[in-house]
Amino acid sequence: MTDPQRIELLEIIQRDPRAPAEELAARVGSEAAEVAAEIAHLEREGIIRTYRAVIDWDRVGDQHIYAFVDVTVKPEPDFGFDAIARRVALFREVHALYLISGGRDLLVVVEGRDFRDVALFVAEKLAPLKGVESTATSFVLRRYKEEGELLMGATDDPRLPVTP
Amino acid sequence: MSAQPHLPQRSRVARLVDELPPSGIRRFFDLVQATEGVISLGVGEPDFPTPWRFSTAAIDGLEAGRTTYTSNLGLLSLRRAIARHLDWLHGVRYHPDTEILVTVGVSEGLDLAFRAILEPGDEVIVPEPCFVAYTAAVRLAYGMPVTVDTHIETGFVPDPAAIERAVTPRTRAILLGSPSNPTGACIPCAVLQQIADIAARHDLIVVSDEIYDRLRYDDSGHTSFGTLRGAWERTILLNGFSKAYAMTGWRIGYACAPPDLLAAMNKIHQYTMMCAPIMAQEAALEALRHGEGAVADMVREYNQRRRFMVARLNQIGLACHEPLGAFYVFPSVRATGLDCETFCERLLREQKVAVVPGTAFGACGEGHLRATYAAGMDELREATARIERFLSSLR
Ligand SMILES: Cc1ncc(COP(=O)(O)O)c(C=O)c1O
Repeated sequence: MTDPQRIELLEIIQRDPRAPAEELAARVGSEAAEVAAEIAHLEREGIIRTYRAVIDWDRVGDQHIYAFVDVTVKPEPDFGFDAIARRVALFREVHALYLISGGRDLLVVVEGRDFRDVALFVAEKLAPLKGVESTATSFVLRRYKEEGELLMGATDDPRLPVTP
Repeated sequence: MSAQPHLPQRSRVARLVDELPPSGIRRFFDLVQATEGVISLGVGEPDFPTPWRFSTAAIDGLEAGRTTYTSNLGLLSLRRAIARHLDWLHGVRYHPDTEILVTVGVSEGLDLAFRAILEPGDEVIVPEPCFVAYTAAVRLAYGMPVTVDTHIETGFVPDPAAIERAVTPRTRAILLGSPSNPTGACIPCAVLQQIADIAARHDLIVVSDEIYDRLRYDDSGHTSFGTLRGAWERTILLNGFSKAYAMTGWRIGYACAPPDLLAAMNKIHQYTMMCAPIMAQEAALEALRHGEGAVADMVREYNQRRRFMVARLNQIGLACHEPLGAFYVFPSVRATGLDCETFCERLLREQKVAVVPGTAFGACGEGHLRATYAAGMDELREATARIERFLSSLR
């Protein structure tokens, strides 16, 4: 499999993880067996880390609250930001974690059942961590786009059913 | 009420229009509209929305009050961008002042081209199957389309010898659409050169509809007709933004030709259209300036679907040549023993999949259907599964 084919394969899988190997092979111009082997390899290598769905939780009514927490930290000698990042990342409440440029150091995406849940996590677990200097929590009120998918309104096909 | 005086009967509709064959697509459209739950692969336009960045250029113009006429030829900035784009992409040169005209889609370009060059009764050679407006545009300019058949065995590439055999003293032009709607065929450079040589031998104009030039999936690349040896002087190039930039509803395209032909086309355009809509021109300019990323993304996606469709249709028993351009597959339904209209009607009734019978694009499209892959993968998957069920119900 060529490098451009591999990248195309990964892009398809990212958006369409359920596509069967035979179809993937057709789409990237390869053979089903080769694609299956490649995917197994990419999984083993940890390049494909997991397969998951993008869900519009707001419409399920189930409580999933997200907050972006900007954190400033004091980097540790020898370890820089990695040591503290590891301690933050291990919490199951932490949905995503990034080292960022700008005024803050870490961007922590926290997931919880409700506002209180998230606020308490920040107050009791995140803020007291050694090295954390400050936190600023912004709750997500509405999600408009996620993972490249628009979550706004149904998108009916506006085209006429038959055109020249 | 007074009795009408007895005048000789005369149709209120001009005979030329009255006798114009209705589009083969129209009847099918009505059938599809009357059916519920249809998956349609009958569409001739991108499923992608116009890249938002292009739309915002038009919105910015509206907000700034740029809602006026433009020069008949179109905004100079747009014509300059078209000139640069064609030179960069195809190495074909047109001067923005005298050789480029911004049109209301390639549709208007076709109309202008034939009205500008045909005397009543002049013949235009048109390889079929072809876009539904080709023969109509010739007829509406009082010309006579002379069709030349192409076949699946030769990948729907026209045979230059057949084109030359169709030349008569009345022949004025050859009309080419490559990449082709409906077959997806791309005429190889060497064949285009042979056609250019024929045009030169018989002093013909070539109207080259290159609206699908960006939607190419092989490495050979698109040859713009004007770059061929001895061709520029006799070429009218038509192109537009509908397909590559997903801008069908904006109604924007352009024509390029040597100054005498372009001036003739502009003479008609200035009276019939005045100019293309300014907001569409502004969006098109943005598309040329910043559209390459969006085009590349769409082409990649089309290509994946194209490979899927070709593989899948061949697998379920609809023989399909490999279309190298546009966004259509044109498989054969001959193995089923049904004529293409019956096939398409039954497929619609029994499995609710809409495709277009090949005969809508000319008589030699018999035995084929046109399906677009300008549709999401979920739809393509479901549509092909339904076609498979339909085929097994025939056995
Ligand atoms: C081959 C071909 N030419 C021209 C057109 C018309 O394009 P426009 O939207 O620029 O009028 C189409 C549209 O389907 C087409 O397929």
